[in-house]
Amino acid sequence: MYRYDEFDARFVAERVAQFRYQVERRLSGELTEDEFKPLRLMNGLYLQLHAYMLRIAVPYGTLSPKQLRMLAHIARKYDKGYGHFTTRQNMQFNWIKLVDVPDALADLASVEMHCIQTSGNCIRNVTADHYAGAAKDEIEDPRVLGEIIRQWSSLHPEFSFLPRKFKIAVSGSAGDRAAVKFHDMGVEAVRNDEDQIGYRVYAGGGMGRTPYLGYVVGDFVPRQDLLSFLEAVMRVYNQSGRRDNLWKARIKILAHALGPEEMRNQVAREFEEIKRFGSLYLSRDEVARIARYFAPPAFETLEDDPSELAAARQTNRSFDDWCKTNLAPHRASGYTIATVSLKPIGGVPGDISHEQLDGLAALLDEFGISEIRVSHEQNAVLPHVKQKDLPVIFARLQALGLATPNAGLVTDIIACPGLDYCDLANARSVPIAQRISERFADLGRQHDIGELKIKISGCINACGHHHAGHIGILGVDKKGVEYYQLQLGGSGAEDASIGAILGPAFGEHEIVDAVESVIEVYLERREKNERFLDTVRRVGLQPFKERAYATH
Amino acid sequence: MGPVHKILTANRLRDGEVVYWASGRWVTDLADGEVFAQDEPAQEALKAAGRAVEDRIVVNPYLFEIRYVEGRVRPVEERELIRAAGPTIRRDVGKQARHVPV
Amino acid sequence: MPLIKNGALVEDAFVNVGDEEPMPANGTIVSRARFGRDREALLERNAPLGVRLKSEESPESLGQDVHRLSVIVLEFPRFRDGRAFSWARLLRTRLGFKGEIRATGHFLYDQIAFMRRVGIDAFEVRENVTLTEFRRAMDEMTNVYQPSADGRKTIRDLRVPIAAE
Repeated sequence: MYRYDEFDARFVAERVAQFRYQVERRLSGELTEDEFKPLRLMNGLYLQLHAYMLRIAVPYGTLSPKQLRMLAHIARKYDKGYGHFTTRQNMQFNWIKLVDVPDALADLASVEMHCIQTSGNCIRNVTADHYAGAAKDEIEDPRVLGEIIRQWSSLHPEFSFLPRKFKIAVSGSAGDRAAVKFHDMGVEAVRNDEDQIGYRVYAGGGMGRTPYLGYVVGDFVPRQDLLSFLEAVMRVYNQSGRRDNLWKARIKILAHALGPEEMRNQVAREFEEIKRFGSLYLSRDEVARIARYFAPPAFETLEDDPSELAAARQTNRSFDDWCKTNLAPHRASGYTIATVSLKPIGGVPGDISHEQLDGLAALLDEFGISEIRVSHEQNAVLPHVKQKDLPVIFARLQALGLATPNAGLVTDIIACPGLDYCDLANARSVPIAQRISERFADLGRQHDIGELKIKISGCINACGHHHAGHIGILGVDKKGVEYYQLQLGGSGAEDASIGAILGPAFGEHEIVDAVESVIEVYLERREKNERFLDTVRRVGLQPFKERAYATH
Repeated sequence: MGPVHKILTANRLRDGEVVYWASGRWVTDLADGEVFAQDEPAQEALKAAGRAVEDRIVVNPYLFEIRYVEGRVRPVEERELIRAAGPTIRRDVGKQARHVPV
Repeated sequence: MPLIKNGALVEDAFVNVGDEEPMPANGTIVSRARFGRDREALLERNAPLGVRLKSEESPESLGQDVHRLSVIVLEFPRFRDGRAFSWARLLRTRLGFKGEIRATGHFLYDQIAFMRRVGIDAFEVRENVTLTEFRRAMDEMTNVYQPSADGRKTIRDLRVPIAAE
């Protein structure tokens, strides 16, 4: 993974000093709250329902053991012993004090971490495929570009006061595990007919009140021109994005108002000029320098499905269950990718305790795994695991309460913090996730249902990504009472789609039954190996609607 | 229908703690908050809270409605209920964890 | 309002005039609308001329006329309105403007370093932004990651080039 050189280290240290001065000026009254707010947001500091919340950047979802330990330390020293992994691969702490933030930032800087631009109307954390560097279908490791984009976007003088936030995701394989089409800008590595690697760039995707899928603005951008291209898109947005209405300020509104042809023309015009100036040309040397940091570990020559693994699966039922769902194929023989579920039955999705953070760090060290990933589905991922180590790793995870065998299943739910924590929320989201999880706790039943991504948001801002859920749930407030709107058929993968609303919202005590009823319809109607999503797409909403509202 | 009762709340600047106005002081427990049964004193307190904002004690003061349930103050809106107690999903943190159960 | 240019407090050599006011003899700044209306007459004057742009007015509409202007003023109606950062950048790069780009309106101390980078070289500052504060703003971040209109060396430039493979 990337390691800071003296320039990067100095950059974050100076940023901390800069923020310390901003806090001083706030406390002295030189800055009003209105002036301070965008500045603290650009250092990831929100004021939420109960306290301040600090959002720590986890660039392209990658963390080292040392960084895990520091997160545990932050949780203990400045917070209440736990943190939360978000749908943008970041870490949030819910109880931080303003006066402690400069010191917390200094602690983070000591392990090459920061909170730069994790909020505010600027370019946010660049997210990427959590299987990067390990996936079988990978064209190239998306984190190389992710790091290049991170540096280019850090304190960008022209784009720090955009109409609204700007989120970029990078995918390095045909399978999209980064949801690129749902981002303000998505970058996808592709091969052309001459087998060269270039980038397909999407713009105008987004969740929120008006969800959109991005469309292609650059079919095949050569690597050396990629930053120039991104800069071109940003400039078009900064100039022309709406600033009169908060709900119409994202690039998705501009992109769909201009339409693909006009948008591409405007981008092309900026792009040509920026290329002529040449200062954003990405040399082979520069890419190689960054790529070196992401070189895969030296893989040993190992057999697939070693006898230790097969034997353990036969003798240990819970281990076998876990292997069935939580492993993904690795490009190196004898290795696997393992998902560490942060969705214990009835638990808070994405939450992690300081003990668990330390425990994972110890696990990584014990098995010589140099890094862990955070997925946008709020789980952790061990990218390079020797299959023969799996039985012991599983035992370690069990001891930590991190061995729930439900990756991708109905109880692997994504939920935003919701009204339990968030100032913007209209309804609570986590209790619904908990109740669904408990309703479907039976593992046999979960396996029968198969792949089912439920995503829950507590307000229209859609931080739970409900538009991309196979089942999406949106909490709304109807005259002071929590109601839940059900959507079906969304997907954040390469087959991206926005879920369709089923009908009127369900009450708090009806929504879990409604979810169960649509799952029953799927089980009745599915053909061959159809997933829930496939059946919805094939049969349409009507059968699901009828059942869900039958006793409504 | 009786008078609308309100309490004035804000967040403390330095640590973000949810606080309630009580005769010119800021208290951390809803039960200790001053209840306004009339609009005029409520608006005056809000104005005075504006000075607390200038003095960098609190941010974002506002009034919210409460009612009396079994003699105890209870916010009308769920949001304020949660703000007064803590996350419903973590009963071991927040203000709710500081209270000795009666 | 104090004017800081190129890191020093300077006297303002220009006068802002409204759309219907008579033009004084010396350096004047007019609105974009007035420039459009009275362009010929304004350019014929034998005195330095400047144009004031609102945040929604792109400098592109000035075209080659920029080379006949001594100063272009970019308004910040709210500090959150960041369009002027692109306007300044365009003035320096696409339009090749070499004159003074002046910022006026609501901007924060914390935006000054960014503004300088995109090519703004004069600042109508609030009283609390002293020269000392201004210089401090410029020095908060020693290095920058990305190129901008100031042509400053980036961290990439400063890194020791690796040997070709």
